[in-house]
Formats: sequence, C-alpha cells, structure tokens
Amino acid sequence: MGKVNITIDGIDMKVPEDYSVLEAAREVGVDIPTLCYLKDINEIGACRMCLVEIKQARGLQASCVYPVSEGLDIITNSESIRKARKATLELILSNHDRSCLTCNRNNSCELQALSDRLNVRELRYEGEKTLYPLDLKSHSIVRDNNKCILCRRCISMCKNIQTVSVIDTTERGFYSNISSPFDLSLNDVPCISCGQCINVCPVNALREKDDTELVWDAINDKSKHVVVQTAPATRVAIGEEFGLPIGTRCTKNMVGALRRIGFDKVFDTDTGADLTIMEEGTELLHRLNNGGKLPMITSCSPGWVTFCEYNFPEFLDNLSTCKSPMQMFGAVLKTYYAKKTNINPADIIVVAVMPCIAKKAESKRPEMSVNGLADVDHVITTRELAKMIKEAGIDFHTISSDHYDDPMGDASGAGVIFGATGGVMEAAIRTVYEIVTKKPLDNLDIISVRGIKGIKEANVQIGDFTLKAAVASGTGNARKLLEMVKSGEKDYHFIEIMACPGGCVNGGGQPIQSSAVRSKYDLREERAKAIYAEDVKLSVRKSHENKLVQKLYKEFLGEPGGHKSHELLHTHYIDREKYPISQ
Amino acid sequence: MSKNCQCGEDKVCQLDNVIKEHKNIAGALIPVLHEAQKIFGYLPMSVQKQISKGLNISLAEIYGVVTFYSEFSTEPKGEYQINVCLGTACYVKGANDILEQFKKQLKIDVGQTTSDNKFSINACRCVGACGLAPVVTINEEVYGKLVADDVKGILEKYQV
Ligand code: SF4
Ligand code: SF4
Ligand code: SF4
Ligand code: FES
Repeated sequence: MGKVNITIDGIDMKVPEDYSVLEAAREVGVDIPTLCYLKDINEIGACRMCLVEIKQARGLQASCVYPVSEGLDIITNSESIRKARKATLELILSNHDRSCLTCNRNNSCELQALSDRLNVRELRYEGEKTLYPLDLKSHSIVRDNNKCILCRRCISMCKNIQTVSVIDTTERGFYSNISSPFDLSLNDVPCISCGQCINVCPVNALREKDDTELVWDAINDKSKHVVVQTAPATRVAIGEEFGLPIGTRCTKNMVGALRRIGFDKVFDTDTGADLTIMEEGTELLHRLNNGGKLPMITSCSPGWVTFCEYNFPEFLDNLSTCKSPMQMFGAVLKTYYAKKTNINPADIIVVAVMPCIAKKAESKRPEMSVNGLADVDHVITTRELAKMIKEAGIDFHTISSDHYDDPMGDASGAGVIFGATGGVMEAAIRTVYEIVTKKPLDNLDIISVRGIKGIKEANVQIGDFTLKAAVASGTGNARKLLEMVKSGEKDYHFIEIMACPGGCVNGGGQPIQSSAVRSKYDLREERAKAIYAEDVKLSVRKSHENKLVQKLYKEFLGEPGGHKSHELLHTHYIDREKYPISQ
Repeated sequence: MSKNCQCGEDKVCQLDNVIKEHKNIAGALIPVLHEAQKIFGYLPMSVQKQISKGLNISLAEIYGVVTFYSEFSTEPKGEYQINVCLGTACYVKGANDILEQFKKQLKIDVGQTTSDNKFSINACRCVGACGLAPVVTINEEVYGKLVADDVKGILEKYQV
C-alpha cells in the first residue's frame, strides 16, 4: 500500500493512501466527532457532523468520506468548524424526542454522548416535531422513529450486509423517515429479526422487545419453578455492560448473578448444544449413508432459518430438522427434568438468556412446543440480563459461582464454541469423526473453520471419506454461498450458517458498542478468542463425551435420531411468502 | 377508467413487457415506475411487488422511491385531480376552509379518491398564482379567489 504526505492541524504525517481524512486524524489523536459513520458499514457522509477545513477545497468537508491525497492540508478545529458542528447537532436535537432519563439507551447513546461532548447546553431552535407511532407488533424488535436521527446505518446493515432489505428511507424533507414498505410493521415484512440493525443504531430508535418484567413476574410467582439457561456467547460479552474489556470471560460472575437474582436453577444451553450435535451428527450420517438431501445445512440460528424460509425455500429440505440448542434444551427441561425432579411441567418456567433477538420470535413459533407447553417461555438478551443484574443491585465484579446446577450441569467445550462462526461445524466434526472411525481425534482444534471470514471452506478427512464442508456467517454471505451451490459452482456435504456476521458472539442481543469502539476493535474477533479460550479450559471437549447427554439417551431418549428425539428435538419449516397481498 | 380496462391480467402482462425492456438498463426503476403508473393509474403493493421481482430490487427500496417523488401514488388516482394550494398566501386567505368543503362534498380525505374513481383531493404547495389566492386547480383548469360556497358549483361542472 502506497503512502501519502498530509498535514493535520499543522502536524505533518504519512498515511496509507486509502485512508479517509477521519481515519488519518484519529491516528494523530484527533477525535473528530461522527454520527452516521460506521467503519466498513456506513460511510455515506450523511450527517455532516465530521466537518473539517481542507485548504485545497472550498467550504467545509465531511472528513469520513474525504479521501487523503498527497499534500492535503487539513484543519480540524476552528471557530467556524466548531459552530457548524454544533448547529448541525442542534438541528438534529430540535426534532428529537429528548427523553434521555427514561430512555433505553441512556448512557449508551451516541447522540447523547455527542451533545455532552460538543457542550450543547440549550437549544436555539425548538422546531416542529414529527410524531410517529411505535412499532410494537414484533416479538423481537421495537421501532421508535421519534428517536431516529436518519443516519441510515440500519439500512446499510439490513440491505448491504444482511441482504434482507426490509427497511429504507421513505418520503422526503421534513417527513423523511425510515420504514418498511407501505409502512408495515417489522412483524409483517420478511425481517429475520437478526437485530443487527439494533446493534448499529446510535440511538434508541431500534431496540429489542423488553421481556425483563415477565421474567421478574415469573421469579416472584412462588408457585413456579423458574429455571434459566444461558447461551455460549453471552458469557464472553456480558462483562462489557459492566465496563470490562471486550472479550472478557465472565461465566462465573454471570452464573453467580443469575442465582442471586432468584432463579431456582441455573443451567447451560451448551448442554443443549451437545445434544444438538448428537442429533445433527446422526442426521448427517444418515443423509450421507442413505442418499438423503445434501448438503445438509445447520438450523441453530433462527435468523438464518427465517431467511431461508423467505429467500431460499428450495433449500428447506436441506435444513437439518434439528431444533436449536435452546429449544432442545427447553424441551428436555419440561420432560426429562420435570420427571426427574417430580415437578409438574406446567409449573416450570424456562427462561433463556441469549445473544440474539431472533430467539424471542423462535420461542413463539407454534412448532416449538411439546404437549401444548412452549419449550421456552421467555427469552431475554445479554443486554436485558445486564439490566436485571443492575436493577437487583448485584455487584457483577465480585459475585461468582463455580458451576452450573445439577442435574443438567456441565457441558463440553464443543457446546461452548457454538458461539462463534464455525463452531457448530467444528463440534460436529469432533463427534462425527469419532463415531465413524471409532478412533480418537488427535487434534481437536479444527482451525480451517475458525476465524471471522464470511465464507470458509474445509475438506475434512474422516477415515477414507472426505467431508466437504462450508461455513457462512451473515445472511449476505449465506446468500452468496447458496447461489454458488444452486448454480452448481460449489458442492458440499455439510454447511453451517449463522445469521449474524461472526456468529452468535456478534448477535443482535449482545452489548452495543459505539462507532468509535467498533473502529478500533473487531467485536467478533475479540469475543471469539474468549470462546475458544473457554473451550480449551474444559476437561470434556466433545459432545458425545458429555456425561449428562450420555445419561439422557440411556435413561430417556433412547437413540440419537430415535422416536423420542423426533418428538421432542426435531421440527419442520415453512415456505413463507414475502409481503402476502392479503395483508 | 373505462370498462374494457378492468382486466387485471392484461395490465400485468403489459407491465411485464415494460420490465423486460428495461431489465438490463442501469437506472431502470424510475422509468418502469412511470410506465406502471400509466398502465395502472397508481402503484399498489401488487404492482410494486411485480417490479421488485422483475428488476430484483427490494420492495423497501422501491417504496422509498415511490414515496419520494410526488408524481407517484400508491392510491388510485381519480379522473379529476383537485389540487388545493396550501401555500402561505392561500392558507392565509382561507384555503383550509376550501379544502374542508371539498372533503365534505366528496366524503373523502386528502390523498384519497372517490369510489367512482372520479375525484382525488390533494393538498399541494404554492402553485405560483398567489395573486389569485386562494387557488384550486382541477387537472389543467385554475380556479382563483374562491370562497367555500363556490365548491359545490365547481364540482357540479364535472359531475355530468
Ligand atoms: S436516543 Fe439518546 S438522545 Fe435520544 S432520548 Fe435516548 S438517550 Fe437521549
Ligand atoms: S432485524 Fe435484521 S432483518 Fe430485521 S430490519 Fe433489522 S437488520 Fe433487517
Ligand atoms: S433507526 Fe437508528 S440506525 Fe436507523 S437511521 Fe434511525 S438512528 Fe440511524
Ligand atoms: S458525515 Fe461524516 S460522520 Fe456523518
């Protein structure tokens, strides 16, 4: 990469030629304020907050989209710049529902932080305000356009990264707003509830549906036995809500806090993941040996499943019939566990803490129940759990507990790595290899499927059979991969797909980091490192060696893929029409 | 709309041909929307869906474009377009009363069309005839210096 010489505020420097002025400035410690900018995702120069003077150009320029070039002379701090930035911000604030005190993003809002930083203490214009109704219809996501600042990050995410494209700017001028076609609710469009738009929204215009009150109610109801299960990716991210560095492992603090909150039992979804591997591995072998539909595609990510139902119905028979680990585990809790503990299943409330908002919608699918009881009653995100912990006055930093509760206790490392893209594939290979070859796998770390690349491929030798595998994360990458499979350009036996880029560690229910932090750190990478560190630490690292899973098959389920499994642990999918006219 | 135009299938075919003609041209969306509006008179969801499929552009993006330009409409448009100017001059001279009177007489709201597809009411920005305020245009015809009581008579001219 070539370099160019530029001057920023009188400081001469050499920077890579593909830098923007904003990036160059950050390198010399000048933190130009931004609002719409989000590295690699939304670089459109819409908000004009990042204005600078450039000697070679007239007027003030948006630094986030201004490329550096040889000899560029830049001023980032002058009276006119300061005034222009402040005026821009005041204009945004004048048409904003400024209810910070009761706002879900109080203290994690980029607009709020910017107002403080630019020292806005009064508004000179109190303009007319547009008033929008809240979109509360979806099980997962709430849209509040009264808080929207039209930065368009959500659109870039939904359209360019996820290729779902259910939101865009509509109308114009004063009435310009972000909405779905025909102003339909996000519930009535082919939104997959991945929540990626929430994670990039700088304000509270998008958020998960808050289910914390339902969980408190359940805990306070003494007639109920309330159990909680936690997904793998939650433990490596929740610390961020308490100021810990990105990628801090907090399993013990989280388990301790959950117990203190008042859950009767604290279980690990990873056990459900181990169960999923047994079922899915068996299904894969069955398909391979009996001429079943290939490639088989994983079904743990409800965002991906919904994406497939709307966009690739021709692949529905390729989807594994396995329910997701969360749902499998819920079903086992309301049957096996209920029987073991002699508790009426109707009195068991299963709460799931997930890095995901699509899980909220998944738990409400009518198929996700056994004997009329939902497998999982309430789903809360990592963010919502952090709120409950704060509300309860628990000191997250000092509380600790060594282990999950018996009898559903400790899971394997294979279950943990479900949290990162490639993890399900790696876990499946660890088990399928040993089932087929009846020999222990020498090296459990299957590096070729790790890492944040959007599409990964691996050929895995299992005895004399070469398993052709592929992994995609982010539905945009899934679309690319499936188009290649469809056209015959690629051919695989087994594909893992996660709806969120990087997998669950970067799920739509995970702690939100600001644009500035996201410019510095790759959240996917930092959190995934913690996931693999957790795996290595565990004594059992293969699903089929999980003692509880073995017991479960012996005492209750019988064979993987057997009759009982099919009743409790498997599901089916629906070919969904986008925008049915009958609406 | 005349009787022999009621066949939906025909229009769908026509639109399909338009889409085919434009398919591989950059910036095809706006011309296709124009043609579609000509064929159907307005752009309901079914029409936008057909364009979305045909041009492989998301419905969200299409809807965004349709609502951005005032010449496109998602509601059926009447044979006679009543535009009531709500610019400052007209507003001050009582344009709102005129608007209310049109709404009352035709029993529809702004942006809607009568069930016989005869009239639509639109509120529009300044048409540059402030000397005649308050002003209403019906298709090419301009009516100035109106009072609410004129409305009934004006409508009768079109009801034959
Ligand atoms: S979105 Fe931000 S600025 Fe707006 S009310 Fe919430 S915290 Fe305050
Ligand atoms: S949740 Fe995902 S699919 Fe739905 S609007 Fe947001 S980004 Fe798009
Ligand atoms: S909803 Fe959020 S991300 Fe989308 S445009 Fe509005 S403020 Fe930006
Ligand atoms: S224009 Fe640069 S941050 Fe918005």
